[in-house]
Amino acid sequence: MSTVKLTVNGKAVSADVEDRTLLVHLLRDHLNLTGTHIGCDTSQCGACVVHIDGRAVKSCTVLVGQANGANVTTIEGIAKGDELHPMQAAFRDNHGLQCGYCTPGMIMSAIDIVHRHGGKLDEETVRHELEGNICRCTGYHNIVKSVLDAAGRMKVAQAAE
Amino acid sequence: MYETTYHRPSSVDEAAALFTKGTESKYLAGGHTLIPVMKQRLASPSDVIDLGKIKDLVGVEVFADAVTIKAATTHYDVAGSGPVQKAIPALAHLASLIGDPAVRHRGTIGGSIANNDPAADYPAAVLALGATIKTNKRSIAADDFFKGLFATALQGGEIITAVSFRIPAKAGYAKFPHPASRFALTGVFVARTKSGDVRVAATGASSSGVMRVPAIEAALKANWSPGALDGVRIAADGLLTDIQASSAYRANLIKVMAQRAVEHAG
Repeated sequence: MSTVKLTVNGKAVSADVEDRTLLVHLLRDHLNLTGTHIGCDTSQCGACVVHIDGRAVKSCTVLVGQANGANVTTIEGIAKGDELHPMQAAFRDNHGLQCGYCTPGMIMSAIDIVHRHGGKLDEETVRHELEGNICRCTGYHNIVKSVLDAAGRMKVAQAAE
Repeated sequence: MYETTYHRPSSVDEAAALFTKGTESKYLAGGHTLIPVMKQRLASPSDVIDLGKIKDLVGVEVFADAVTIKAATTHYDVAGSGPVQKAIPALAHLASLIGDPAVRHRGTIGGSIANNDPAADYPAAVLALGATIKTNKRSIAADDFFKGLFATALQGGEIITAVSFRIPAKAGYAKFPHPASRFALTGVFVARTKSGDVRVAATGASSSGVMRVPAIEAALKANWSPGALDGVRIAADGLLTDIQASSAYRANLIKVMAQRAVEHAG
């Protein structure tokens, strides 16, 4: 057992957990942040993507010890109160989901993609960059549309700040 | 996953000392091979020693004739490094093709090479560029480092600290990725040194791991162009056959990927 201390969605968190605990289990089972999903559990599907210190990572493939002291953001931490994050709003407006299981990971990866590429995203880049997130319903078309839409909205939001 | 004890040392010496204390210790870098294997209960280390937070193991240095990448530098940071893109663009390109963005945010060059997965990308660059693997004990030439599937010249407890690549005159990498995992079904790295020597390495193809390809090296040494490989035939002996591709298919992929890599190298 070890005590891990980290910041999750802006709040300081401390937990006594076994060293073998994965970050995704800390989030879901100990912190009740069940928006982060477990899909494949083999580091391929991307349903568990969260941000660690600003970078999108698969939380099913991170031991809690590795995240000790880190700043973690999950799907629960991106909206401002009742106001959806522009990426969430774009997924809603473009119907970028069907069953919704992959959506939290898609959105966390997509925000990371927009941060890294800025406003220079095109469809091909989005499709390529989403290769670590698997959706079994949508055929990706509306997901790609959502990301491109959100990239524009995030640029506008950034310019306004 | 079986129980384990996690350690986060802040220096290489501290990591090596911790390693000897455990009954079955394992080093962890990005964890994108070790953790999946632990989850499958195929590995059950008593102690996991995290090298990823050791400051001395992170970063890139570019010299007049070589690029040194410290062992815990992530694929994302190598792919995005301006100095690496300028000195050895093929190496940055290779790093940008590993796994997917989230994997590249965690995976490291040292972890990839120490694991020596037969379908990993980095071993092809290390072997083709004749790199030197630096450890906490010694320097090992690439030609002496890779010892077959998941086997290397590393001794128990030895830690890779950096990989040093001589800057070539030209280099290129092309791979045919596995459609799900993005590992190389076959990937080929071609390099021409400043003295005109040519080295070519293929990964994902051989049942004994990364390998040089002498027939392609000879053809490219005589004529550095994709067309020089039109008449080259690669024997399928010793190549992998699996659900994705037969050995004959991989033999052809070696040639085609080499041609694309040369094209990429210019």
